[in-house]
Amino acid sequence: MDKLIAGKTISVTEEGFLTDFSQWDKSIADAIAAENNITITPRHWEVLDYIQNEYKNEVPLSIRKIGKSGVVDIKEFYQLFPMAPLKTATKIAGIPKPVSCI
Amino acid sequence: MKRLLILGAGTGGTIMAQHLRKELDKGKWNITVVDERTDHYYQPGFLFLPFDQYKPEDIVKPITDFIPKGVDFVNSRIENILPEEHKVILADGNALEYDILIVATGSEISPEEIEGMKGKEWGESVFTFYTFEGAKALRDKLRNWKGGRLVVHITEMPIKCPVAPLEFVFLADSFFKEKNMREKVDITYVTPLSGAFTKPKATAALEYLLKEKNIRIEPDFAIESVDNEAKTIIDYGGKIIPFDLLVTVPTNKGSDVIEKSGMGDELNFIPTDKGTLQSKKYPDVFVIGDATNVPTSKAGSVVHFEAEILAENILSYIKGQKMTEEFDGHANCFIETGGGKALLIDFNYDHEPVTGTFPIAGLGPLRLLKESRFNHLGKLAFKWVYWNMLLKGRPIPFVTARMNVAGKDYN
Repeated sequence: MDKLIAGKTISVTEEGFLTDFSQWDKSIADAIAAENNITITPRHWEVLDYIQNEYKNEVPLSIRKIGKSGVVDIKEFYQLFPMAPLKTATKIAGIPKPVSCI
Repeated sequence: MKRLLILGAGTGGTIMAQHLRKELDKGKWNITVVDERTDHYYQPGFLFLPFDQYKPEDIVKPITDFIPKGVDFVNSRIENILPEEHKVILADGNALEYDILIVATGSEISPEEIEGMKGKEWGESVFTFYTFEGAKALRDKLRNWKGGRLVVHITEMPIKCPVAPLEFVFLADSFFKEKNMREKVDITYVTPLSGAFTKPKATAALEYLLKEKNIRIEPDFAIESVDNEAKTIIDYGGKIIPFDLLVTVPTNKGSDVIEKSGMGDELNFIPTDKGTLQSKKYPDVFVIGDATNVPTSKAGSVVHFEAEILAENILSYIKGQKMTEEFDGHANCFIETGGGKALLIDFNYDHEPVTGTFPIAGLGPLRLLKESRFNHLGKLAFKWVYWNMLLKGRPIPFVTARMNVAGKDYN
């Protein structure tokens, strides 16, 4: 389905995850973050850059992996992206919902 | 003489020994299986043991009952795997060299991963049914438990048999109803996922059942610690859930020897090609079942389907041919829903569980994603099938390694 984000028509899943990463840019990230009551700081960007990189390298993401990444520990990950941090962070980063359970 | 070495005599290792002993020339190929245990557990039985529905002796048999003739069984701990040198070191220091290695070392629980989980309440008010000993201890606890807050909890994904904790809450609901004490028990299902299951249609069906049975669900809970004094679990976001009886599924990890060998990922699962089941790093190493990192369920049905594919691929590999068989991620799971009923789900890498008929399209007799008594009988019959057909590598009628899309209601 299509959704208007930051003034652009973006293709997303029912849960709001981007389906085409090429449509992503920082204004999209800011807009999705705002929907989740998050204001993106440089610290958020460090985590989002890491997540996008892992996705590009086809590394499956999990909270544990992010906690061991050296970029952020799990406690801080929760502070940056409260409630469901992995889901929220990947949505903001413009990448698919992680397949952490099958 | 060449050697095919299998590490682990669980479901995967045993079926592979059965398949390949039939196919490989006895004059040319030795097959050796190594396992430190002597007992083979029917692991789906761990779910029924706490509720006194199975007895311990129903679900344990000697490993050697299932090792085929012409296969050597070595009862030893595995000290290390040296894939660069194509050998495995045993506990006594002896080395076993191999031409082909199949790693079937499974997954294990690791309660030590979470602060306080294995504290003073472990075995008192904190239990797991993911081991034989744990399931037995929980049975003894439930026999005399007077009621209170029962919290059933998953630490993190992936876990062996992702539906088992749900089945546990459904069976617990029935169990307490039969004991006429359901109103004394408050059941909460706590999961790191955003719902009862990840696949949308199955999640909807299962959440409906949870609601119907008056079981609360607490999603998106990533546990940080267990407080043994206050008897609570606490998540990274600060949520606190009190319990009188905690039944937890601890972190699942691959075997310690995988960590030692340097072959595993951060959870000791081995990076494996999801189609061919060959190790991504070592061409003469193949991986099956829970030991892999392939993106499907860790479950006995998966290992059973993988085994057929892997046997074909290993034969191609030996002949120097291209491996053409591709595993599709097929899983087939009965989900006990209590009261003598069960659901059945059938899915793979690409297709989520939906309604329909199984195994014969249009006829069934089993119904997918719908509760029925017949599905429950199927689950009970499966114990016999496991011991008598599956472990012996005999085909199960109409049930194919690759998932059949016919008979399923995809939109």
